[in-house]
Amino acid sequence: MPETSEQARTGETSRKVTRRKFILGVIAGGGAIAAASYKLITSAVHWQASPGERLITLDVNGMRRRVDVMRQETLAWTLRYKMGLTGTKLGCDRAECGACTVLIDDIPQYSCSVLTHTVRSRKVTTIEGLASPDGKLHPVQQAVMDKQGFQCGFCMSGFILSAVGFLNAHPHPGRAELARGVSGNLCRCQDYNKILDALMHGAEKMGRA
Amino acid sequence: MADNRTPADPRPKPSQRVYGKGHQLIGKDYQTADMLAKVTGRAKYAEDFRAEGMLFCRLVLSPTPHARIRRIHTGAAMAVPGVKAILTADDIPVPADSRDDNGNVVKASKWRERALTNEPMYVGDPILAVAALDELACAEAIEKIEIDFEPLPWVLDPLETLRPGGQNPREDGNAWVSPAAPNPPSPQLREVKWTEADFAEYNSGRLPMGNVPDQWSYGNLDEGFKNAALILDETFVTPDTSHQCLEPRTAMAYWQNGKLFLHTGTQSTGQTLSLIAQLMNMPQEDVVFISEYTGGGFGGKVRAGVTMIIPALLSKKLGVPVMMRISREEEHFIGRARTGVVGRLKVGFAADGRILALDMFTVSNSGSYDAQFDGLWAAKFVSLLYQPRAMRQRAISVMTNTLPRMPQTSPGGLVCSALMEPILSKAARRLRIDQLSIRRVNCPEGKAEFGPLVKGRRGHATSCFLREALDRGADQFRWNERTERAKRSGTKVRGLGVALAGHDGGDTGYDGLLVITPQGRVRFQSGIANLGTESVFDVFRAAAEKLGVPWEICDITWGDTSKHLPYSCLSVGSRTMNAMSRASWAVAEECALRLKEIAAKTHGGDPAEYQVANQRVFRKGGGAGLSFAEAGKRAIELGGIYDGHEANPYVNPQTRLAVAGLTGQGLVVSAKDKYPCDGDWFSYFACFAEVEVDIETGKYFIIDYQAYGDVGTVMHPAALGGQILGRSTLGMGHAIGQKMVYDAHYGVPVAKRFYQNKPLSILDIPNDMQWDALDIPDPETPVGARGVGEPPVGGGLAAILTALTDAIGAEVFSRAPVNADTILASLEAGRPMQHPLMAFI
Repeated sequence: MPETSEQARTGETSRKVTRRKFILGVIAGGGAIAAASYKLITSAVHWQASPGERLITLDVNGMRRRVDVMRQETLAWTLRYKMGLTGTKLGCDRAECGACTVLIDDIPQYSCSVLTHTVRSRKVTTIEGLASPDGKLHPVQQAVMDKQGFQCGFCMSGFILSAVGFLNAHPHPGRAELARGVSGNLCRCQDYNKILDALMHGAEKMGRA
Repeated sequence: MADNRTPADPRPKPSQRVYGKGHQLIGKDYQTADMLAKVTGRAKYAEDFRAEGMLFCRLVLSPTPHARIRRIHTGAAMAVPGVKAILTADDIPVPADSRDDNGNVVKASKWRERALTNEPMYVGDPILAVAALDELACAEAIEKIEIDFEPLPWVLDPLETLRPGGQNPREDGNAWVSPAAPNPPSPQLREVKWTEADFAEYNSGRLPMGNVPDQWSYGNLDEGFKNAALILDETFVTPDTSHQCLEPRTAMAYWQNGKLFLHTGTQSTGQTLSLIAQLMNMPQEDVVFISEYTGGGFGGKVRAGVTMIIPALLSKKLGVPVMMRISREEEHFIGRARTGVVGRLKVGFAADGRILALDMFTVSNSGSYDAQFDGLWAAKFVSLLYQPRAMRQRAISVMTNTLPRMPQTSPGGLVCSALMEPILSKAARRLRIDQLSIRRVNCPEGKAEFGPLVKGRRGHATSCFLREALDRGADQFRWNERTERAKRSGTKVRGLGVALAGHDGGDTGYDGLLVITPQGRVRFQSGIANLGTESVFDVFRAAAEKLGVPWEICDITWGDTSKHLPYSCLSVGSRTMNAMSRASWAVAEECALRLKEIAAKTHGGDPAEYQVANQRVFRKGGGAGLSFAEAGKRAIELGGIYDGHEANPYVNPQTRLAVAGLTGQGLVVSAKDKYPCDGDWFSYFACFAEVEVDIETGKYFIIDYQAYGDVGTVMHPAALGGQILGRSTLGMGHAIGQKMVYDAHYGVPVAKRFYQNKPLSILDIPNDMQWDALDIPDPETPVGARGVGEPPVGGGLAAILTALTDAIGAEVFSRAPVNADTILASLEAGRPMQHPLMAFI
């Protein structure tokens, strides 16, 4: 269902979402015997606009994308399961680890904790959109390549986008400053020393670019 | 956070050091084949896959620590629109018996964990799974399921179950008894109870020491204690900690033409294939396992996890693909945890600090399923790292109704360092000798012995240069200079810590497999998983070096068993770098041999008259030969052993299958590592830390850290540095705050998310820690490389503990982790204020 300008402004949907459905959708499970706590996903194949969903337009990686979203839907869910941008990872789904970090208007944010309908008319950048259209890697991506930064890589997208966001605002950080800048991201491989080496190298490359 | 490093810091940066002298590839940094996919988001982990018509399933986990399920009411749940099936324990196949590497049948243990259960053994034990069109329907259905539980007795604390009349975690026992070597069958569960007299010292904070199933000794213990200038008797508790891989163990499965295709993260691609077949009770040839990227594995995903077969079974039942996503909380429950150990050591020291006698007793909490022997393993490392002249170890592994345990990086090794290093520090202070001296005098050297006497002799290490690592590390850390600085400034007190650490670092008997294609490329088939250590690629640098080929013409196939991967080691206990570089070297040697044979068959003469260099095989001294591309084509013409119609007769059946799958693709070469060795491989570390404690608040910071290793040949410096400092930080987490906490009344874990049990962040550690390694080749492996990931964990933990004792005294804590509350309360009271023995506080 196309959105109206009023709906776009207020975020109202044409169908009511009950509190129960919201809770089911966002925090899930929670019953005495259910430990299901991920947000809930629907099959990409079976999925179709269902009651409570509405068609909105998003600006993701420089492209305008039309997508049906539920009111309680998080940006991470939309990116991963409706747009196929699986470079955005879910490590905790509760703003604890930062693996889902994306740039929203160039500011790093946890996409697991941002409702999709709130980012209409804002610019969303995921790891898939960081390189130039010609495929040239962003200096921070290239720096990670050069320094063999990170280990398992599951936290990598979030770290890189956090660093890019921080470096855009603080182009010449010291090592401790940059560490603070990406301290909202967890690496369970605990490879922080090498990550910081790579990100500092990225800062230098950005400065030279 | 302190920005501790200054331009004046004299320690050489890793980039300033040169490793791999005389080598083209070994010891040099390079870009691994997976990096581009990772930095661009194209790397696909299990949850990133989709399949046509895919359903989703969700788990229902036990809310109670122990119960028997009388009945499950699923009628209302099945009526929820979109719900397709419910899987219970009754649908789970009985696991098949397996065979070990020697072909011996290993009976499936009756206590073994299964994917779903009718007798949940811990809060979080999976009971059933619901499959539906989407997860909303799964959640709706789960709310409508009613389960009749018959509550059963339970116990959390390993010491409580050992008390006279103490509760057993299950009806048939509470302690694991490991039958005697050699070839031990699976451990057996038995009931073990100690006496009231055994518990007499409990209230004084000393570990009770009753009868145990596992013990060994060597030397004259009584004489050692009799001659000792100092005897210390210390009890210490190491924490249980969740593995907390950042990627939860999501799995997706589908069937095609009778074959199962299964995606999930693992630490060991090839070895997980056989586990899937065993759990599904189906032929291994009918399983395809895909795991190109694994989001962390620290022992908890050694062969992925038992729950991975749930979507496979649902998919089989429903005829469509099924994805089982695992949430962070679910991962906490089913994602495995490190075994906590209570240890008591009585150590007799000579006046120079030499350990004359050591009596060690440990109780390991195995959790709810598989037996874990961290305490027992720790004894081996104690005997190796500190070379006591006489030693006895006694150990017991206890089952409890807590999360299932699985060895986390450096099981036993971490316990060894955590128990021993604070004692060494205390002894040095009492004996008034230097902290480095007491470690140097006890350090192992060369082919150092370890463990008990077996058939009249003790085991020995392949090599050990730990003393050199200790000395060089101390120099780089400027230990002596730091000891001369003022310790106290206002409310801030600085402390210096040093710790030795070690762990197994190798294995033997695995296979290498490569193809030289008609295009002249060298393709290595890797059964190693890609979990971030880079060994999946690094080990083949050895083969490329041996063949003298540039890395640019090498390709690596990994992560998908349908692409014909060879029999490879379990990536556990830091054995991969050693074990698979040996296999890699073996297949390179075999390849050179086959190339020479092909040349002789083509150009005449004897294979010995030919040599391999510059991507060619040619007659020595110049003359006729073939390029690799020509050899690849010629191999196909020759057939037989050359193109994969025949496999090397010594390789594992899994490798033979892989060879058959590659037949006709070029020169297909397989080989088994049969290099001789008579010692056991270990890697060693000397770790140094400086902390600053605010005695007014109890808060402390790690100011600086350095690790110096004896790890054999350095293969890939960047990856090595990542392993050393990453695993050091994992260990520091055990010192600073990581632990499991249970509600003792309900048996419910209360630390089950990152924010309740947070791994260290980038702000918790110095922002420029340092590492280095001796780069001395191991003499009992052709490449000289040993594994490295394990020992820095114990080193990181123990260096912080000894630094804390240096700053605030040894009487402040008797368990890890040590947090600000512990320090503050204990400093005010003048004694440790935490309960010395109670579990999960």
